Amino acid sequence: MDSHALDAIIARYDVPDGRLLGILSEVQEQEGYIPHDVLVMLSEKLGVRLSRLYSLVTFYSFFSLQPVGEHMITVCMGTACHVKGAEMVLSALGKHLGIETGMAQDGKFAVTTEDNKFTVTIARCFGACSMAPVLSVDGNLYGYATPENLPAILAEFGWREHES
Amino acid sequence: MRVEAEADLKALQATGLKKLKPDKPRIAVGLATCGAAVGGRKVYDRLREAIAREGAEIDLVQTGCIGYCREEPLVNITLPGKSLVILRKVTEADADAIVRAVLNGKVPEDKALCRVPAWDHVTGFVMEYGKGFDAIPLYQDVPFFAPQRKVILRNAGFIDPEDIGEYFAVGGYAAAWKALHGMEPEAIIAEVEKSGLRGRGGAGFPTGLKWRITRDAPGGAEKYLVCNADEGDPGAYMNRNEMESDPHMLIEGMIIGAFAMGLRHGLIYIRSEYPLAIERLGRAIGQAREYGILGENIMGTGLSFDIRIARGAGAFVCGESTALVASIEGRTGRPHPRPPRLTDPEGGLFGKPTDLNNVETWCNVPAIVANGSGWYAGIGAKGNTGTKVFSLVGKVDRVGLVEVSLGTPIRTIVFDAGNGGANGKKVKAVQTGGPSGGCIPLRLFDMPVDYESLNKAGSIMGSGGIVVMDEDTDMVDIARYFTGFATGESCGKCVPCREGLKHTLLLINRIQAGKASKKDLATLQEVCETIAATSLCGLGQTAPNPVLTTLAYFREEYEAKVRP
Repeated sequence: MDSHALDAIIARYDVPDGRLLGILSEVQEQEGYIPHDVLVMLSEKLGVRLSRLYSLVTFYSFFSLQPVGEHMITVCMGTACHVKGAEMVLSALGKHLGIETGMAQDGKFAVTTEDNKFTVTIARCFGACSMAPVLSVDGNLYGYATPENLPAILAEFGWREHES
Repeated sequence: MRVEAEADLKALQATGLKKLKPDKPRIAVGLATCGAAVGGRKVYDRLREAIAREGAEIDLVQTGCIGYCREEPLVNITLPGKSLVILRKVTEADADAIVRAVLNGKVPEDKALCRVPAWDHVTGFVMEYGKGFDAIPLYQDVPFFAPQRKVILRNAGFIDPEDIGEYFAVGGYAAAWKALHGMEPEAIIAEVEKSGLRGRGGAGFPTGLKWRITRDAPGGAEKYLVCNADEGDPGAYMNRNEMESDPHMLIEGMIIGAFAMGLRHGLIYIRSEYPLAIERLGRAIGQAREYGILGENIMGTGLSFDIRIARGAGAFVCGESTALVASIEGRTGRPHPRPPRLTDPEGGLFGKPTDLNNVETWCNVPAIVANGSGWYAGIGAKGNTGTKVFSLVGKVDRVGLVEVSLGTPIRTIVFDAGNGGANGKKVKAVQTGGPSGGCIPLRLFDMPVDYESLNKAGSIMGSGGIVVMDEDTDMVDIARYFTGFATGESCGKCVPCREGLKHTLLLINRIQAGKASKKDLATLQEVCETIAATSLCGLGQTAPNPVLTTLAYFREEYEAKVRP
């Protein structure tokens, strides 16, 4: 993201309420993460200390300092999903993609596959509990997820069984 | 056009009614987040293609969700002069048959869930759809709907949430007109007080009293009015549906509150996990400004009030009032001790007194103003008036949003509306109130759902999530799940919450691994009681509830896992 693009985002926030988180959210959405140089630029443009921006980015789970993969898979770990087997879905997902999902208790959990195709994160709750367990790929919700129907979902995004 | 006279509203209502009840068939697809995700979006597209192919004179629109999630995607069909018919579990493959049936003046009856001859939109307008389709069950005879009373979800699933015209059609903004042009601010506050409305975010603080305190606080109009839409409890999604299905109802409630408290600045703090709700609210606010209902000189009164949206960024603790304010100000969401409360001088947003109410609290306000406090106080139980929307999820047969009068027994919600366990399993417990709530065992299901009864049982109302557990659910695992959640979401500021929860989790993990002794159960109890007694904010004070209630009601499950 260049200085010009960042200015365009900042210009949309002319009032103090919701401003910092709003700007950071737009950066996160456009870039898929918050690049360090953008954070430095933002600090200079707004006259807000870099340490303060850093504290926001590390406190809120919506932000990531690491680049993410091509596709973002978010597994809902809400209560309804939990009682209907979300942990089994997550661990099956880890197996298919060859990543470690054991640490997924943390709200800031995020792991990217070696080929940079997928990043797996968790959500506290999408509020789509009626179709639990739920996961989202690039913002699209998939309900009634099971370890069995995962391969079909992943295949939509270019994943092939033999690759794992 | 701007709404500046009562006749303007009436004219807009008449125009809106032509959309809602046109003189040609209308097909409406339920497209809230869930409906769209389970195929509603594809159904909509196929219907559009089929209508175009036939060159049919049929209106195709989207609506929000009536709450019967299990039966989604839901499609409403309105034929002129006939009862509205709700179709269930509609798939893409049904689109052609639906359009053909409609063109022949029929509906595919094998897909019908129920019919609605007339619908009370509660704020003063009853829609008469008409007769016909007698073989299809009536809405009120459908077991899922039978125990329900719709006050908050009065329009959800019937109107297009992206069209202010349809909100005008069902009497929308008439309550705001009545309040702004026909009532004194003091009288509005008195009405809300007399209605008995209590905070629907879960704590149950009297809404009218909070409004009065804010109105009386110094600061003139430079105070803030904030809607808490940070619905963070996992398992709760009623606020999402309220905003996605009927965003103008929330805006109207906030306008009435702003006038009563004499405020100009409104904010909706909404979690970023709800993109569709953010989009629809943004659109609704824009439409309200176009009609002069928000902004300067609202409804020709000379008053100004506007609403902005502030997005959260994924932190459960930001539902707590002081953390929420910090988050809007662009700080990390760490609570501070109260007092000062938000309503205190220098206690709120940017140091101004601030009124904070939950989405659903605001949604009740137009209904109270329209029908009077006496009407509202007649719903529910003494001290617990009105209705509450619950999200009935987990291992229950009929999953969905259930709106019932407060004081309705848990049994009615889980067994009458929900039809008990899914797949014929036996229900063991419900969990209410999210990570701050507790697990209530089956033997207590005759308990009325109200703020005090739930507290007494060790749980809380919370925002209204009811997660059903069945015979296969491991209650110690549930305690571990919520403790893990709270540990991850603890802001880290105070020691009891940050360290205590971590040790609670370690203890439960030891129990689950079969490495704990009976003495550890006593330690677990003691640690939890200490966290509850000494934590700084509501998150820590209530986070032990899932452990404490499972220890109290399902002790045998713990004991089976520990050495003597």
